[in-house]
Amino acid sequence: MTSSLVSQGDLVLAAEDLSMFGQDPWWLVVIKAVLIFLVLVLLTLFNIWFERRVVARMQHRIGPNVHGPFGLLQSLADGVKLALKEDIIPKAADKAVFLLAPVLSVVPAFLAFAVIPFGPVVDVPFTDDMTTPLQLTDMPVAVLFVLAVASIGIYGIVLGGWSSGSTYSLLGGLRSSAQMISYEVAMGLALVAVFLYAGSMSTSAIVDAQERIWFGLILIPSFVIYVIAMVGETNRAPFDLPEAEGELVGGFHTEYSSLKFALFFLAEYVNMTTVSALATTLFLGGWRAPWPLSAVNDGMFNEGYWPVLWFLSKILLFIFFFIWLRGTLPRLRYDQFMAFGWKRLIPVSLAWIVAVATIRSLSLDGGFDRTYLLGALGVVAVLFLVLFFLGGEEEEEQAEAEERPFDAFAGGYPVPPMPHQVAQARSQSPTVASSTASEGSA
Amino acid sequence: MTVVEVLFLLLGLVAAGSALLVVTTRTMVHAALWLVVTLGAVAGIFLLLAAEFVAWVQILIYVGAVVVLLLFALMLTKAPTGPQPDLDARRALPAVAVAGLVLAVLGTTVVAGFHGVELDLDGAVVGSAQTTGATIFQQWVLPFEVLSVLLLAALVGAIVLSRGTGRRGGE
Amino acid sequence: MELYMPVVALGIIATGFAVFSIVMSAVVGPKRYNRAKLDSYECGIEPTPQPVGGGRFPVKYYITAMLFIVFDIEIIFLYPWAVAFDNMAVFGLVEMILFILTVFVAYAYVWRRGGLEWD
Repeated sequence: MTSSLVSQGDLVLAAEDLSMFGQDPWWLVVIKAVLIFLVLVLLTLFNIWFERRVVARMQHRIGPNVHGPFGLLQSLADGVKLALKEDIIPKAADKAVFLLAPVLSVVPAFLAFAVIPFGPVVDVPFTDDMTTPLQLTDMPVAVLFVLAVASIGIYGIVLGGWSSGSTYSLLGGLRSSAQMISYEVAMGLALVAVFLYAGSMSTSAIVDAQERIWFGLILIPSFVIYVIAMVGETNRAPFDLPEAEGELVGGFHTEYSSLKFALFFLAEYVNMTTVSALATTLFLGGWRAPWPLSAVNDGMFNEGYWPVLWFLSKILLFIFFFIWLRGTLPRLRYDQFMAFGWKRLIPVSLAWIVAVATIRSLSLDGGFDRTYLLGALGVVAVLFLVLFFLGGEEEEEQAEAEERPFDAFAGGYPVPPMPHQVAQARSQSPTVASSTASEGSA
Repeated sequence: MTVVEVLFLLLGLVAAGSALLVVTTRTMVHAALWLVVTLGAVAGIFLLLAAEFVAWVQILIYVGAVVVLLLFALMLTKAPTGPQPDLDARRALPAVAVAGLVLAVLGTTVVAGFHGVELDLDGAVVGSAQTTGATIFQQWVLPFEVLSVLLLAALVGAIVLSRGTGRRGGE
Repeated sequence: MELYMPVVALGIIATGFAVFSIVMSAVVGPKRYNRAKLDSYECGIEPTPQPVGGGRFPVKYYITAMLFIVFDIEIIFLYPWAVAFDNMAVFGLVEMILFILTVFVAYAYVWRRGGLEWD
């Protein structure tokens, strides 16, 4: 048996130092929880306004600017309007599940934020010498907790789609959940390299491990994969297929109205904030000040309540990135989207994990060369490029092989040509058409 | 009774009660949802017993993946909203007998294996990710590698079931 | 356990808010009965009746969910491995490469058989 190789004593390893958590008196816990809840709701209201204004600017419009200064109260007005709308429960709906679904999608979205660090340990105002970490709680498996809670959020979508008793909702819900589980895998794999370097899954320990350098800089492929996966996971453009209006009306929330619809909306925006916060925590040094500022006056900006500012700025940067994507990229086709997730992101993530672990174990052995590392990185980079582009060529070849002469009256109905096809005048005979086409390509 | 014991008892009752509802409810999707409650309660019990890592794995894998697969399968075949009268339990008696037998076997195993073992909940964390990792990758290497073969078999089985044999993908 | 109490507190607040919203919208909103309004939405036409015994949906969803379970299991083994990696070094690396390769064979098989194509 292999067990004889290992002595029992090795198994108790040093755990993260989480002694500062779980010490707060109950009133402080309540205050923190309420504050997190309020920050998330206000941030959602702000983000909706922000999105509309930025997208408007990108499209040479002005955007909402009537209600309140700069139109900031627009989202609040929308919320109040929604509350005053009729609450429709369709006849075909499964009433209990129909009501449960929005709750199931909104609660996990909030819960994930319980382990996100907003800042270091600070003094509590209005008390003598009480200190507390700017984080609701932490646990040795904090990031796993976030993923597990996020996976519960899928139920809101599946059940919302099913319980409406409508075809569009069911299809939208299925599509949406298939999309989310596909990109959850890529997201989960992207985090492995971070755990490898931090040696922990606790969020505060991961932020501490980035004191010298942010993981986003040394683990660039992980960061890129995570960012792509987080856009897919939150169903945002260009991956907003569940809401493809032309195909599915509104997707899983087609039948929802009033505040129940608002809850789904809230969940979507809180989820955006959550994945951004996780990206900040795992890859961008969490609440730490960016480089030139962090050096000012012995790290003055990394203490007290300053870090909250950096943390929120980094989150807003990600939110802006989300909006920028929406303003720039057209929506993907569903098969392209799934193929990208399963055929590109996952093999690349696995290869990257193996590469990182190899480099790590080499450096743990000690006495190894920098050139070694660079060589390995070069090999990995080449492997990446091959994986990314080789598959694409294969598919193109397939597409070319499948290509048939374009028939403008397929099945007796006039159809427009696909992008790669050439429309031909109908009077031409097929042989003439093919000869002109070959001349054109030559 | 301590707080932990009370919570343990409550979670156990929730798990057992919702398990009963899984087999008695008349709507298939509701059955799947009660199953989620059962699995969640079991995760809570793991958490109480300081098996933190396993608890969240239970949520991630069973609640987040296995039941989602179940729901997909239900929705893709037949799961109308509203109860289905044809979901009767004609073979209820044999089912109860088998369930009782499984309970007896599992109960005996647990009692025989862990009788009199006391868990120190306040001591060093035994269920953390580090300890779990070290145990799996140093003591239980063979089962771990065999598991990968099981996963392989599961995927091959899924493909064979859904695609049939002999035909190549993409024609 | 005390590490989880704050999570419970946040959960109670969030649930309370969600339930409050749902009750509010039922109380505050107007109610004007209209038969067509309660029908399933289908762009204004009479809703298609749901096929008896369920319609036929692509089996792709099943394969996707199956793949998801397999990779999810791989991920939850990768996490403790990554966290405990520094204590195992080369031995752990070899183990995990073997594991990843075996699962990759399954993945390659699925790919080869067209399980990843979404027609």
